[in-house]
Amino acid sequence: MGTTSAVGDIASGRVTPEQAAENLGDLHPLYTEHQARAEADRCLYCYDAPCMDACPTSIDVPLFIRQIATQNTKGAATTILEQNIMGGMCARVCPTETLCEQVCVRNTSEGQPVKIGRLQRFATDHLFASGETVFARAEETGKSIAVVGGGPAGLSCAHSLARQGHQVTVYEARPKPGGLNEFGIAAYKTVDDFAQREVDFIVGLGGIEIKCEQRLGENISLDDLRQAHDAVFLAIGMGGVNALGMAAEDSAGVLDAVAYIAQLRQAKDPSRLPVGRRVVVIGGGMTAVDIAVQSKLLGADDVTIAYRRGQEQMNASGYEQELAQTHGVKIKLWAAPVTIHSEGGKVASVEFARSHLDKTGKLVLSDDHFQIEADVVFKAIGQTVETAAVSELKLQGGRISVDARRQTSLADVWAGGDCIAGGEDLTVAAVEDGKIAARAIHAYLTEGA
Amino acid sequence: MADLRAEFLGIRSPNPFWLASAPPTDREVNVTRAFKAGWGGVVWKTLGLDPHVVNINGPRYGGIHSKDRTVAGFNNIELISDRPLQTNLDEIKAVKQAWPDRAVVVSLMVPCDEASWKGILAQVEATGADGVELNFGCPHGMSERGMGSAVGQVPEYIEMVTKWCKKHTRMPVIVKLTPNITDIRLPARAAYAGGADAVSLINTLNSITSVDLDAMAPEPTTDGKGSHGGYCGPAVKPIALNMVAEIARDAETRGRPISGIGGITEWKDAAEFMALGAANVQVCTAAMIYGFRIVEELIDGLNNWMDSKGYERIDQFVGAAVPNISEWQHLNLNYVVKAHIDQELCISCGRCHIACEDTSHQAITQTVNGVRRFQVKDEDCVGCNLCAVTCPVENCITMVQMTEGVDPRSGQPINPDYGNWTTHPNNPQATGVG
Repeated sequence: MGTTSAVGDIASGRVTPEQAAENLGDLHPLYTEHQARAEADRCLYCYDAPCMDACPTSIDVPLFIRQIATQNTKGAATTILEQNIMGGMCARVCPTETLCEQVCVRNTSEGQPVKIGRLQRFATDHLFASGETVFARAEETGKSIAVVGGGPAGLSCAHSLARQGHQVTVYEARPKPGGLNEFGIAAYKTVDDFAQREVDFIVGLGGIEIKCEQRLGENISLDDLRQAHDAVFLAIGMGGVNALGMAAEDSAGVLDAVAYIAQLRQAKDPSRLPVGRRVVVIGGGMTAVDIAVQSKLLGADDVTIAYRRGQEQMNASGYEQELAQTHGVKIKLWAAPVTIHSEGGKVASVEFARSHLDKTGKLVLSDDHFQIEADVVFKAIGQTVETAAVSELKLQGGRISVDARRQTSLADVWAGGDCIAGGEDLTVAAVEDGKIAARAIHAYLTEGA
Repeated sequence: MADLRAEFLGIRSPNPFWLASAPPTDREVNVTRAFKAGWGGVVWKTLGLDPHVVNINGPRYGGIHSKDRTVAGFNNIELISDRPLQTNLDEIKAVKQAWPDRAVVVSLMVPCDEASWKGILAQVEATGADGVELNFGCPHGMSERGMGSAVGQVPEYIEMVTKWCKKHTRMPVIVKLTPNITDIRLPARAAYAGGADAVSLINTLNSITSVDLDAMAPEPTTDGKGSHGGYCGPAVKPIALNMVAEIARDAETRGRPISGIGGITEWKDAAEFMALGAANVQVCTAAMIYGFRIVEELIDGLNNWMDSKGYERIDQFVGAAVPNISEWQHLNLNYVVKAHIDQELCISCGRCHIACEDTSHQAITQTVNGVRRFQVKDEDCVGCNLCAVTCPVENCITMVQMTEGVDPRSGQPINPDYGNWTTHPNNPQATGVG
């Protein structure tokens, strides 16, 4: 891997502030009116459309596209938001190539799906720009619900409940709401402070109060919330990060990708962030791609994603993998990290074992090792639910156990999003969890179900 | 290569593609460009008497577009030539001298008195033009002044004016018909009865292309108002084809020369008009959208098609489809088809299913054994072709004839014999049944 150079080559200002702003700019600019209408015209208005089935929130895709085609953009946005209040963010971050666009019948006829995600963004962006509201609250019910976590699942649940006339208080651990939309997604996917604008739109309905810097297990407890509210919805996400469990993991330059992205997203001038010359990302998911590409965009010279399994097992979609590769990121497969080598307390390289799957599908590490030099090593190997604060709940695989209606082992507590067992780590799935739970909570509060 | 040379009323042109009387043929500069591009002939934009008419200074055209802005049709409220008569006559003469091998026919519209027609015919004859076309078609503006379609809607006027023209000129006379009537055969018969050498059709259709919902005014709008205009382009082609066919098979007019007009955009359109009896065709809208160069495709496409069919000259297929135009009552009721969906081509959009389910005969499945699959139920299929119309994939759904066995829908054996409504037992007026 190139010639050896001084370890710890980490510096800020590898790109100018202007370059950083440009590099982290919108990956897919908003369609123009004409582009939107021409693309909308490609939709065949399928009956019982496969795209609608593929959407975790069951958006009526053919209908909203037809509304765009007929210049009823507000109607299109309403169709989307009725099913998915975060339709704006999902239009930006959904892996559409494995959801709605994957099953578009245009793939069969001409190998190119209708660009559903971009059309969805066109509709929702226009609504947000207009400042119009499309939803109204039902009469006040006098019931109050605590939603813990102001990310996609929490805000989706809050919005649904507030529409029903309930009063919702959102307890958010961070200084501002939005969850991973605000802190955890690559900057180029959601420019112009979109996550906060979306939160403003949701809260604009009324009936939702957001209290920030309220962390479960620190200044609030599940017990207190159950006392103070008629129901509780937990959408606490995954606050913990997995560790590699290696000596020298605490060396300077070994960083947590999630924390770094959060810092990047909040940075006024991302070019001031420290960036390694040679970066190794350990992991194979969306976060691995997000941090690898952003490192490259901030001036890293050599960025490698190392993943211990093969391309098929990567959680990052094919589209994301390609995005990484077209940004000059190398993807090294079948590379299981075994040792972090450091010099003088600074990371110097990562040693990998070449790996493969045995006949039973179990990962096997060989004795054939190799090293990749690195100034920065990002850990992007998954996160964990901080379960200490919800110890009274039944867990499953380190996450909160829920039934199909997202009810936990406590009758007045529901949960959704990344913190529940079976959570898919997708914004759109979290939104659906919030919807499902809100429906159940509403039934519980009004029918005593 | 087939021989595309055309002779229409003795007027020769290197191909059967003429530009219709309209803005593209308004002046020497346009017509020269058209001939350079390869057009076989032109019908010069309609001349009237001096003082020349004036056009509005607001928009003259209103369009109909698909979502990606393909033009399906447009209408116009432009009048006849708004230049001095002598200017046009001088230019016609110059063009005809410069392009002796091309057809130059002059469209005319003057008031309904014999002297006016006699006078202008003499002036046109002096230019050396090949013929005249009487504009009895324009539905806007001029019709309010008793000309254009105001004449074309009264067969007696058509016959009268045509007679005057035949009396006062040696040139061939073509009568251009308006489609804004109930039965196209009557004006056509009147034209031929007056001595017309040919009819040309269709002129434009009365229309309002759209309404500006902010201004609450029809498009195109001038100072907040709009008047109806003449609709043209691909959208009017089916109407034109039928009218040409009506004349081609009418006992009184069958076999008389027709110049086909109406939404011709590509070679196939032209071939269709000719198959229905048009000896040549006139084009306007397509040129106004894409420019004169479309004639290259028209010529080449027609040529290749003729080669593929073994036609050496255009007269070998002009009118070839006319014998197959039938009245409904003579269609064979024993001919049975069933829709067939090619599962290899099917992209599973489901439109055939929902179209049939909601609006027709519930003859296409949505699932088979619980799996999304669109399959025809022969026992319910009436062979109506709606599924094939709505299918977005070409040739995926076809109508397949049943030639033997029992039609599972009717329970009746397939009858190989021809049988129509005139002899059907359900027909109270049936003949020939016991």
